[in-house]
Amino acid sequence: MSDSKFKNPIVAWIDYRLPVFSFMEHELHEYPTPKNLNYWWNFGSLAGIILVIMIVTGIVLAMHYTAHTAFAFDSVERIMRDVNYGWLIRYIHMNGASAFFIVVYIHIFRGMYFGSYKSPREILWILGVVILLTMMATAFLGYVLPWGQMSFWGATVITNLFSAIPIVGDSIVTLLWGGFSVDNPTLNRFFSLHYLMPFVLVGIVVLHIVALHQHGSNNPIGIDTKSPQDTIPFHPYYTVKDMFGLGVFLILFFGFVFFAPNFFGEPDNYIEANPLVTPPHIVPEWYFLPFYAILRSFTADAVIYLPISWLMSAKLAGVLAMFASIMVLFILPWLDHSPVRSARFRPLYKQFFWLLIIDCIILGICGAKPAGAPWTYIAQAATAYYFLHFIVIIPLLGFFEKTKPLPTSISEPVLKGGGGSSSAANAKPMEEA
Amino acid sequence: MRKYLISVAAAVSVAVVTSSTVMAAGDVVKPPKQEWSFSGLFGTFDRGSLQRGFQVYDEVCSACHSVRLLAYRNLMDIGFTEEQVKKIAAAKEVTDGPNDEGEMFQRPARLSDRFVKPFPNKQAARAGNNGAFPPDLTLMTKARVGGAHYLHALLTGYKEAPKGKKLAEGMSYNLYFAGNQIAMPPPLSEGGVEYADKTKATVDQMSRDVTTFLAWAAEPELEWRKRLGVKVILFLLILTGMLYGVKRKVWADLH
Repeated sequence: MSDSKFKNPIVAWIDYRLPVFSFMEHELHEYPTPKNLNYWWNFGSLAGIILVIMIVTGIVLAMHYTAHTAFAFDSVERIMRDVNYGWLIRYIHMNGASAFFIVVYIHIFRGMYFGSYKSPREILWILGVVILLTMMATAFLGYVLPWGQMSFWGATVITNLFSAIPIVGDSIVTLLWGGFSVDNPTLNRFFSLHYLMPFVLVGIVVLHIVALHQHGSNNPIGIDTKSPQDTIPFHPYYTVKDMFGLGVFLILFFGFVFFAPNFFGEPDNYIEANPLVTPPHIVPEWYFLPFYAILRSFTADAVIYLPISWLMSAKLAGVLAMFASIMVLFILPWLDHSPVRSARFRPLYKQFFWLLIIDCIILGICGAKPAGAPWTYIAQAATAYYFLHFIVIIPLLGFFEKTKPLPTSISEPVLKGGGGSSSAANAKPMEEA
Repeated sequence: MRKYLISVAAAVSVAVVTSSTVMAAGDVVKPPKQEWSFSGLFGTFDRGSLQRGFQVYDEVCSACHSVRLLAYRNLMDIGFTEEQVKKIAAAKEVTDGPNDEGEMFQRPARLSDRFVKPFPNKQAARAGNNGAFPPDLTLMTKARVGGAHYLHALLTGYKEAPKGKKLAEGMSYNLYFAGNQIAMPPPLSEGGVEYADKTKATVDQMSRDVTTFLAWAAEPELEWRKRLGVKVILFLLILTGMLYGVKRKVWADLH
């Protein structure tokens, strides 16, 4: 025990029996991280922090919430009015969902831009997609709980999608509802599952981090780290950078929480659920809009539906397409077989990447619009392009794209901009200036 | 190329935000934006307007509309004294019970009671209003696109129906209501209430006051929220500035 690396005797005593401190030392301090990560790499840890915020606020909300159709709406209002700081906790939770999706979407697109899904990080990427799916399910379940008009009708529309499945569809919907319409049993099971899913999420996030630490972070150049010169310890360099990023994020986030708490919400959800009154325009939360657009673009007369119209109903095609739009991400590491990771060295891929971003924004706009011309046609074109991007363009780029030459090491381009080659080798900490 | 695409993406996303508000208004006129005492980063509810607004609600709206989430004790938050609120509450009758004989009985309302509803149930409300249900007003400014702007526009938006527009029996024409046909007859009329503070009770004034009152009813935490928000943001700005300094210092030996 005397040879323990920890000076503090209590820490050394504990670590000898339960190596938590060794673990932290290994995964945080010694953990080598590429030294050229830019601020786009902040969003992973940010997402983890938001998950914790969501769980903590959610547990407190659950202490005051009543999962019953007759009381749910009023119990949320009681939280807003009579529970100490209830309005703050609820607004953090409400806006936290939107913030979570913004951060995770940026995290995903960062992975796409810099090729973080490529070998040897395929499973890391796949776990990320599983996280996205779990998040979406959790968000959908949670949105039903305040039992407003959009909660109720959103739940009705989305659960009804499963009825498109041949033969067993209707039975599945009945099972989801716990009856023959969205009602009290539905609300109860949604609350139960909404409480469960975040902990499932934590489990997958742990696996995601284990997979990450196996080979370490990708980096903006997308080449492997080759020598200790290329890396720096995660702590303190990236802990402090992440803390600074967290500060910037919190300023924006609390700006919404305190000054525009209902910015991302639908006014209709402040009307209590009423099965007898359908809102004129049912829309999901903003983060589902692109998927909603894909779902709705499969109309009976849609060109994209024609090739499969002999096989299935337009509704089923829409449902499958919506799920496929995420499923396609699972095989992205194999669709993209270009040996170069980072878009910095892939001039064509870089442009198609930004086209995909624009395409997703267009889909989001279409999802917010009432069905009908011209939005349905725009959505159909955007849906077609979305799949074209992944199924056709990405694989073809692997064959035909002429990539730029890669630098030999991470240190090379980093140092090119700054000082001369003499300081190049000097990656270890120097005296403070 | 990339800069160009980013600016396109930014322009498109601005277009979404603006177009979605336009779309929500549909075929009816978009309510004009008003100046409210409670808007902006430091906005607070004008106490005089709140109390006048309560008077308008109490004397006009409450004949048909409930504000079921408010309790009489909440009125102490808008500048009424406990004695005043007790007097206001005592003027209302609530059903309580059952008593020791198993009978329900009427008693004057107390501070802890929720605002008394004008109708015992939905059916009674419909029966008393030509088949239309007067919605609860507690969350009205949060539950409509345009919020307080919409509410004020609606209350002052009654006009003669244009020629060729057929209104159903008992309906009124309103510029801002979806479909332009509203079951509520013009609720406010010049001098409809007599303000204790001698403010002239024009339709516009009463509408502003009752809108302010209902905005408070929907978001009673608004002032507290904004006050706390300013402190939190200031704290975070300083903290983040310091974190940036620390980050620079830690990273200095690498650059």
